Amino acid sequence: MDICKESTVPAKVALELAVRNHPGVMSHVCGLFARRAFNVEGILCMPVGNGDESRIWLLVRDDARLPQMISQVEKLEDVISVARHAADHRVFERLEEFFQ
Amino acid sequence: MQLNGAQLIVRLLEQQGITTLTGIPGGAALPLYDALSQSPIIRHVLARHEQGAGFIAQGMARVTGKAAVCLASSGPGATNLVTAIADAKLDSIPLVCITGQVSSSMIGTDAFQEVDTYGIAIPITKHNWLVRDVKDLLEIIPAAFRLAESGRPGPVWVDVPKDVLTASIEIGNLPAPAVRDELPQVDGDLISRAAALINSAKTPVLYLGGGVIAADACQAAVALAEKAGLPTTMTLMGLGAMPVDHPLSLGMLGMHGARYTNYALEEADLLIVLGARFDDRAIGNADKFCPKAAIIHIDIDPAELGKIRRPDVAIHGDVAKVLERLAASVQTNPRHQWVARVDALKQAHPMALPNVEDPRSHYGLVRAVASLLDDEAVVVTDVGQHQMWVAQAYPFRRARQWLTSGGLGTMGFGMPAAIGAALAQPERTVVCFSGDGSLKMNIQEMDTAVEEGVNIKVIVMNNQSLGLVHQQQDMFYGQRIFAADYRRHTNFQMIAAGFGMQVFDLDETDDPRAMLAEALRSRGPALIHCSIDVNQKVFPMVPPGAANTEMIGG
Repeated sequence: MDICKESTVPAKVALELAVRNHPGVMSHVCGLFARRAFNVEGILCMPVGNGDESRIWLLVRDDARLPQMISQVEKLEDVISVARHAADHRVFERLEEFFQ
Repeated sequence: MQLNGAQLIVRLLEQQGITTLTGIPGGAALPLYDALSQSPIIRHVLARHEQGAGFIAQGMARVTGKAAVCLASSGPGATNLVTAIADAKLDSIPLVCITGQVSSSMIGTDAFQEVDTYGIAIPITKHNWLVRDVKDLLEIIPAAFRLAESGRPGPVWVDVPKDVLTASIEIGNLPAPAVRDELPQVDGDLISRAAALINSAKTPVLYLGGGVIAADACQAAVALAEKAGLPTTMTLMGLGAMPVDHPLSLGMLGMHGARYTNYALEEADLLIVLGARFDDRAIGNADKFCPKAAIIHIDIDPAELGKIRRPDVAIHGDVAKVLERLAASVQTNPRHQWVARVDALKQAHPMALPNVEDPRSHYGLVRAVASLLDDEAVVVTDVGQHQMWVAQAYPFRRARQWLTSGGLGTMGFGMPAAIGAALAQPERTVVCFSGDGSLKMNIQEMDTAVEEGVNIKVIVMNNQSLGLVHQQQDMFYGQRIFAADYRRHTNFQMIAAGFGMQVFDLDETDDPRAMLAEALRSRGPALIHCSIDVNQKVFPMVPPGAANTEMIGG
């Protein structure tokens, strides 16, 4: 991506969610974004520790509705916490080689 | 003790205090129904359609404030529940919905009566579960009640495969019944800022939503209004929070609010919004709503704060708890000048109720019924013109006196919700205003009403059309009335009689008031029929997309 093009693209944000690990939690999280018409551009999910919890990484656009979206995510019963990082967070950067 | 999953569910429901629930059995739910048949505590009310069961449960929950339970089998049983559950979500009504599912080993094989209940339930519930192991029920059933009733109430859905219902489990004691989560701590600094805004406001308005009723905060809200001289408006869901004949009441705001209400809001320099979510039917065009007003928004759901309108002070908390703290910091101020200005607006732009003297007219029938009942009666509606006429004209004075489908606007809500209200509070008279369009949507529940002998009076305001659609086509679509008129007359009197209801036809009497009085005095389910002029409109009306001050009619 050249610099000129980059400057016109809306800023992105990486969200880090700690969730209870059970079947269905991905549906709850992804469905929430979809039905509130909020696009998720990238998604990663893996169990952590002993497997009781998972971590979900979401790459989303930083638009005016994002704070409202985050507060909706925080309401989900199986979401333990939500943290917000800049989009250049290395989790997505390091994956780029798998998406060439 | 040794139980199977179904027996465990029934024991947990009993322990939770459930004495009446409703549903319809079917293949995957058979073990659950077998266990229910052995319960000495729980009365099962057999609905005639699962949507009816969902709304019967809603009626129970809406009058009590406690989570009510509905049951269904898999597949069509579950999908038929969907509308009633979605309705509960939008109006924040606590429900616990339990469905049977095909056996675990069959899930995903397109088995008979299999549907992805878990997936379907996600967007229309607060939370939902597919139970994968019988021992999980020990945690899930209490959690279901805790979640349904805690914070902002709402529906939850537990889907239980048949093999989980039949699996046996050995337990010592049942887990403790669920208790509600603790209420959030209130930030004292925010209380001070809110109080300072109220104390310095010249033309403040108090704005009460359904959350005030859910939080049992009506008395506290009225007390604040009286202390600080706050004219008070209510949303459709908030009606009853302050008696409409209270001198500070502005009645309902919004699309079909009175002119003086919407005009008074336009002059507000401060809005104190309690347990409300700035719904589009209440505020009209959001950018033009109360343009001069600062906003204090208090709600139990943090995601509502700033969703539509950015507040100057946002307080996440229980409305009752916050009001307790706020009242201490708000100065006594009768605000004579502002209250006098509001009274002048009421005089200049009163709510017009044409033909109110005629008990066979739209407003007249609503007022005639009200004059024959006291505040202990429960008033339920379906959805449409009749709903708005009742909202405008009925003198609501009590929380939980008024049950209506606000957010989802579901035709067919009324009669089953009325049945539920009457089951939960059999000592009350429950009146259901309905329209001919709405009544047809769950008319089979007449059978349930008669079988249970509930004391409901279904008043069908029959204009032989889908009145609100008719009105909008007439006003905004060049009078092209299409698919909004029923071409054939339906004999509701004969249908109701066929189900075994008492029937009173106001069209066929010389003394409609006397007949109405007799009907409302009778015990048991009754249909009261009255023809209504199809050309009567709900006025005033804010056209879609307009500011609330741009009203038509009224």
